Amino acid sequence: MSETQTFSLDGEDVPFAPGQTVMQAAQAAGRWIPHLCWHPDFEAHGSCKLCTVRANGRLVAACTVAAQPGMAVENRTPDLDGRRQTLLQMLFVEGNHFCPSCEKSGNCLLQATAYEMGMMTPHFDMFYPDRPVDASHPETLLDFNRCILCALCVRASRDADGKNVFALSGRGIRSHLIVNHESGRLADTDFAATDRAANICPVGVILPKRRGFAVPIGRRKYDPAPASVVDVVPVKHEEEAR
Amino acid sequence: MPSTLLNPILERHRRDGTRLMQILRETQETLGWLPPEVITAIAAAVGWPRARVQATAEFYSFFHTRPMGRYRILWSDNITDRMLGSTELMQSMCRKLWLEPGRVSEDGLVSVDTTSCTGMGDQGPALLVNYRAVTRMTPQRVDEIVELVRAGTPVLGWPEEYFQVEDNIRRSDVLLGHGLTPGAALAAALERGAPAMLDEVKAAGLRGRGGAGFPTGQKWAACRGAEADVRYVVCNADEGEPGTFKDRVLLTSHADLVFEGMTIAGLAVGASLGLLYLRGEYRHLLEPLETVLARRRAQKLLGAGILGRDFAFDIEIHLGAGAYICGEESALIESLEGKPGRPRIRPPFPVTHGYLGRPTTVNNVETLAAACLVAKHGGAWYAALGTRKSAGTKLLSVSGDCTRPGIYEYPFGVTVAQVLADCGAHEPLAVQVSGPSGVCLADHEFGRRIAFEDVPSAGAFMVFDHSRDLFETARNFAHFFAHESCGFCTPCRVGTALVARLMDKVAAGHGSPYDLEELFKLHRLMQGTSHCGLGNTACNPVFDTLEKFRPAYERRIKSLAFEPAFDLDAALSQARQMTGRDDAAAHLSNVA
Ligand SMILES: Cc1cc2nc3c(=O)[nH]c(=O)nc-3n(C[C@H](O)[C@H](O)[C@H](O)COP(=O)(O)O)c2cc1C
Ligand code: SF4
Ligand code: SF4
Ligand code: FES
Repeated sequence: MSETQTFSLDGEDVPFAPGQTVMQAAQAAGRWIPHLCWHPDFEAHGSCKLCTVRANGRLVAACTVAAQPGMAVENRTPDLDGRRQTLLQMLFVEGNHFCPSCEKSGNCLLQATAYEMGMMTPHFDMFYPDRPVDASHPETLLDFNRCILCALCVRASRDADGKNVFALSGRGIRSHLIVNHESGRLADTDFAATDRAANICPVGVILPKRRGFAVPIGRRKYDPAPASVVDVVPVKHEEEAR
Repeated sequence: MPSTLLNPILERHRRDGTRLMQILRETQETLGWLPPEVITAIAAAVGWPRARVQATAEFYSFFHTRPMGRYRILWSDNITDRMLGSTELMQSMCRKLWLEPGRVSEDGLVSVDTTSCTGMGDQGPALLVNYRAVTRMTPQRVDEIVELVRAGTPVLGWPEEYFQVEDNIRRSDVLLGHGLTPGAALAAALERGAPAMLDEVKAAGLRGRGGAGFPTGQKWAACRGAEADVRYVVCNADEGEPGTFKDRVLLTSHADLVFEGMTIAGLAVGASLGLLYLRGEYRHLLEPLETVLARRRAQKLLGAGILGRDFAFDIEIHLGAGAYICGEESALIESLEGKPGRPRIRPPFPVTHGYLGRPTTVNNVETLAAACLVAKHGGAWYAALGTRKSAGTKLLSVSGDCTRPGIYEYPFGVTVAQVLADCGAHEPLAVQVSGPSGVCLADHEFGRRIAFEDVPSAGAFMVFDHSRDLFETARNFAHFFAHESCGFCTPCRVGTALVARLMDKVAAGHGSPYDLEELFKLHRLMQGTSHCGLGNTACNPVFDTLEKFRPAYERRIKSLAFEPAFDLDAALSQARQMTGRDDAAAHLSNVA
C-alpha cells in the first residue's frame, strides 16, 4: 500500500485507510467523536447527528462521511458541542427519561454523552409521549419510553441475528419502534435473550428482566470514566455493560 | 379478508415487495383500511418480515391501519386554502356531521380532517374525498356533501362538477405552446442518437426544475457513465411543495410531452424502464395517464422497437400515498421500492446507486417536458431563451391574493413585479416564492428576478396582500414541516415539532423574546445538521418573516421593546454567517 493518508481532527493528524469514514478512522486512532446511533460492528445509520463535525467548513455526520486526505475536521469545538447539547436535549424531551429510576443508569450512552456535553437540564418543555411498555417476553422487557430511534436493535437483529425482530415505524415525531408480529408483543416474535439485538440498545429500552441493579450504581460502565474515555477503544459497548 | 379479494391484487403485482405501495393502496381502495391480518397476509405473500410491511403502512398519511370511515374527507390545509376560508368551511362541515376533526363518527360513516396542500391552490378551497380531489368548496357545497354522506351515496355517484379540475393556463410560452405532435420530439432525438442528444441537453444549459437546479445534461451523463447492467429513469411527479401545481397541469394536458421526455431521457442514459412517481393527491390522474401510455404503446412510441428503431423503453406509474418527503429523490426511490420514504445517506447518489441499487436519473416533470423542446429544436435554440445562467422558461403556479390565479410560463429572468402585475395582485405585501422551503419576499424585493442566479423557484408563487398576517403564514408552514418530517434524524424530527409548538405559544399570546431567540437557535441547529433538505429549510419561513415582518411577531409579544438583554441582531449573526449574507436585510434593528 502507498503511504498512509491522514486528515486532521481538531488539529491533530489521524491516519485512515481508503474507504474509512471519519468516525472509523478517529475511533481506530483512539479519538472520540460523540455518537449514539453508530456502532463499530454495524453499518452506519446516520440519524442521531450527534457525530456532526465540521469538515472543510461544512457540517457533516462523521459516521457517514468518507475520510479524505488533507481534510480539516473540527470536532470538539464549543459550537459543535453546543449543537450536540441541543440534540441531546431534544432526545431527552422527546421521550420519557427518568434516569434515577432507570435500570440502565450508569450504563447508558445517552446519559454519559449528556454529562460529557455538559447538559444540565432538558431545556425544552417535555413532550411526555404515551409509550406503553411491553413486558410480554419472559426474559426481556421493552420500555419504549427511552427509545431514541437509533435503529441499532433493528440492524443487530437483521444483520447479526438474521431475524428482523425490530423495525422503525410511523413518521415524524410519531416515529416508534415496532416488533415483528401482528400482536405487537415481543413474546410472539422469534426474539431470544441471547440475541445480539438483546444487548445492543445504547439506552434503557431492551432490558433483561429480573436483573435489576445487579451491578450497583457507582460501578457501572460510565461511572469510573466518561464516555470519551470508555468508548474510544473499539470495544462492544453492550458486553461491557453487562 | 377473503383471499379472493387479496389474490388478484397480489397477482397483478407479481407478489413483489417492491410493489408494496401499490399493493397497499389497491387493498385499501377495496377494504377502506388495512386491517392487521391483511398486513400479515401481504407480508407472507411478498416474503417480507411483517414489521417491514407495517412500517410502510404506518409511514404514509393516506394508509390507515385503523378504520377511518366509509367517507374520508381531507381538507387541503395550505395557507392559500385557509385564505379562501377552508378553516370555517371545515368547521361547519364537522358541526353539521356532529364530528370532531380527526375523529371517525360513531357509526363508522365518516371522518373529516386536514391534509397538506393538495395542489389545487388556484381553485381552492380544496379537499379530498376518499382520495379524489374536490375543488372550489363553498358553504353550499358543504351542505350538499353533508347530505350525500348522510344518504350514503357512493362517491362515484357524486356530482361530476365537484371533481372538475381546471388548468387555468394564463400565460404560455415555448413549453405550453410547444405544438408538438406525439412522437415528433422522440423522432428528432432518435435521429440525433444518444450521445448527440446528451450533448444537446448540455448545450441547452437545461437545469432541473425540481428546485435544486442541477444541470440535466451532467446528471444524464453521470447516469449513462455509471457502470451497470440496468439503468432507470424516474419522473418526479410528487409535487408536494405547498402552492405548487404546475406538474399537475403538465400531466393533465401535456402528458405526451412528459412521457416523451422520459423516453428521450431513457435513450440518453441507456435505460429501458421509466417510473413516474405520482403523488397520491393526484389519484384522479392515474387512469387518464394509463390511457395515454396505452395509446403510446399502440403508436410504437413505447415498448420494443420504438419508431422502428432498435430502442426499447416502457413506463410504469407508481402512486404515492401522502408524504411530502417522497419528493426528495432518494426518499422517492425508497418509496418506489416499497419502503417508508426516508432519505438515504448520500453519497452514493441516485445517478450511481438509485432504484434497486442501479444508476437512476431522477428528474422533475417540467425538466423532462423541456427536454422535448431541446430534442426538437436543439441546444443552441433553447440556450438562447431566458438568462445566461438560467436557460429556457419556467412555469409558475400562482395563487393567493390575485384576480387571475393559475399557471404562468415566463422566460427565466422575469421580475416578481411583472408576475404580480400580470396576475392582478392587489396591494401585494409579500410573495412566497418556491413554497415554504423557498423564500418570502417583501415589497422592496419585487424587482428581483425568477432565475437560478437570483430567486430560484420550484414553481410556487403565493401572493399575500396587506390584509394578511405573515406570522400566521409562517405558523401554517411550521406545522406543515412538522407534519411532513420523516422522523429519521433528530434535529428535524424533534426540531420541527419544537418550532410548531413555539409558534403556537406565540400565537396564543404566551410568547416572550426568549421564545424568538429559541426559534433562531433551532434554525441554526436544523440548518446544517439535518439529514436532508426538508430539515435544512424547515425554519426558512420563520426566519424570513422574523427578519422582514417583525411587527407581526412583536404584536404578539408585548415585552419585546422592554427586554434589554435580548439582542435579536446578535442572534442572527450566525445565521448570516451560514447563509453567507451580510446585506442590510440580514440585519435587524434592535430598536422596536
Ligand atoms: C424535501 C424535498 C422535497 C422535494 N420535492 C420535490 C418534488 O415534489 N418534485 C421535484 O421534482 N423535486 C423535488 N425535490 C427535489 C428532488 O430531490 C430532486 O432534486 C429533483 O427531483 C431532481 O429533478 P431535477 O433535476 O429535474 O430538478 C425535493 C427535495 C426535497 C429535499
Ligand atoms: S430500542 Fe434501543 S437500540 Fe432500538 S432503536 Fe430504540 S434506542 Fe435504539
Ligand atoms: S431532515 Fe427531516 S425529512 Fe430529512 S431525513 Fe431528517 S427527519 Fe427526515
Ligand atoms: S453517530 Fe453519526 S449520526 Fe448518529
